[in-house]
Amino acid sequence: MTAAVVQLRNVSVRLGPVWALTGVDLAVQPGERVALVGANGSGKSTLLRTLHGLLPPAQGLVARHPALRQAMLFQRPHLLRMSALGNVALGLWLDRGQGLSWPQAKARATEALQRVGLSAVARQSGRQLSGGQQQRLAMARAWGRRPDVLLLDEPTASLDPHAKREVEALMANFAAGQERPLTLIWASHNLGQVKRLATRVIYLEAGRVLADLPVADFFNAAELALHSPAAHAFVQGELP
Amino acid sequence: MNTFFDSFLSALSLITSLDPALWVVVTRSLAVSATACLLAYGLGVALGAWLAVARFAGRGAVLVGLNTLLALPSVVVGLVVYLLLSRTGPLGFLGWLFSFKAMVVAQVILVVPVVTALTRQVVEDVERQHGEQWASLGAGPWVRSLLLAWDERLALLTIGVTAFGRAISEVGAVMIVGGNIDGFTRVMTTAIALETSKGDLPLALGLGLVLLAVVLLLNALVAGLRRWGEQRQGTRALAPQGGVA
Repeated sequence: MTAAVVQLRNVSVRLGPVWALTGVDLAVQPGERVALVGANGSGKSTLLRTLHGLLPPAQGLVARHPALRQAMLFQRPHLLRMSALGNVALGLWLDRGQGLSWPQAKARATEALQRVGLSAVARQSGRQLSGGQQQRLAMARAWGRRPDVLLLDEPTASLDPHAKREVEALMANFAAGQERPLTLIWASHNLGQVKRLATRVIYLEAGRVLADLPVADFFNAAELALHSPAAHAFVQGELP
Repeated sequence: MNTFFDSFLSALSLITSLDPALWVVVTRSLAVSATACLLAYGLGVALGAWLAVARFAGRGAVLVGLNTLLALPSVVVGLVVYLLLSRTGPLGFLGWLFSFKAMVVAQVILVVPVVTALTRQVVEDVERQHGEQWASLGAGPWVRSLLLAWDERLALLTIGVTAFGRAISEVGAVMIVGGNIDGFTRVMTTAIALETSKGDLPLALGLGLVLLAVVLLLNALVAGLRRWGEQRQGTRALAPQGGVA
């Protein structure tokens, strides 16, 4: 087994008076596609934010390789009142780790927009794009950073089925052309999507990891029931 | 009733005939308030945007203080500026009392809390919803405050007009620190107060009409700019439609 790209050791996170995560141990290997599933409020988004360094753990340790490059996508990407190209370029220019000049950021943004199939709308206002295009724009902003780890918080939750497929296809294909393997970690309520894309599934409930299995085992009812009755009940409820 | 209509007609005549006594006061008023607003706007937007994203001990108390300053009585500001700038005051050496500069200082003090509080509200709403996205892209608090304030520029335009309305319609502070000196520090509001007390209603009414027209023109201009910006960007600005009080 290779060294983990990111590792959590007994991590607990507090949001105000609530423990949003409790005692989470997790090690993610390069190139894994890890889906986080669970009910609303189970801690999926908190876990992603903790992995990305947006939330500091109250207890425990988050370990990352110092040279690790991460990017995160949110359910509803926020775009500024500027062109699609400008939005991507600005996102890349802000990345101090890469230290790109503005012309370099624009060149990289042009390439990234091409990668997600949005070259034709590069000059349009980012806010005039459809929801699916906006999410692809956010993916271009993330891909332009050449991340080792891409974190996504319910990236297709507010999209129509067609846009959902487009974003899924990008998630699946992003690793292609990368110099280093791309690790995907995303939260999803869509178990079909999890089945299609994930190599590993983590089930969370009330801030605790109750199941952490390869995708085949997670969707094997007998196996799942054996490992985690709670996760089994959740999946049965989701997939009658 | 006749007095009102006679005064109204006389006022219109003063305006249309470009009466020098009226237009000198109008241009001075506009110059004082525009200067004060430019200074206060720059300061208030920067401070408000920073307060929207910064987190520090005592921030809650600062916000309570800021909101309290929104209701700051202009005569109190006038009194404080008067004490500061009077010969025996700590800033008396500047020799600014009863001058254009003194009136600008008073209006800046009145307007900065308005711009700061409204900017903070507008930027903080966006920061709450999307701030972490920009933080995840590498934008620290300063950069976020600038980016989000720039992104909300259409809403901030309305705040600018509100600030100008507060400045140009104010009478107490400029009366105290300006002294309402004819040909020197007399502005529209102090002139209206004086001419009314003297019984020269046409001039007072004429100035009042110009004051209203200026505010109306600015509101129309900002509404037009907002509509143009929204159509250009295909979005509606987040802040509520504001207006000059």
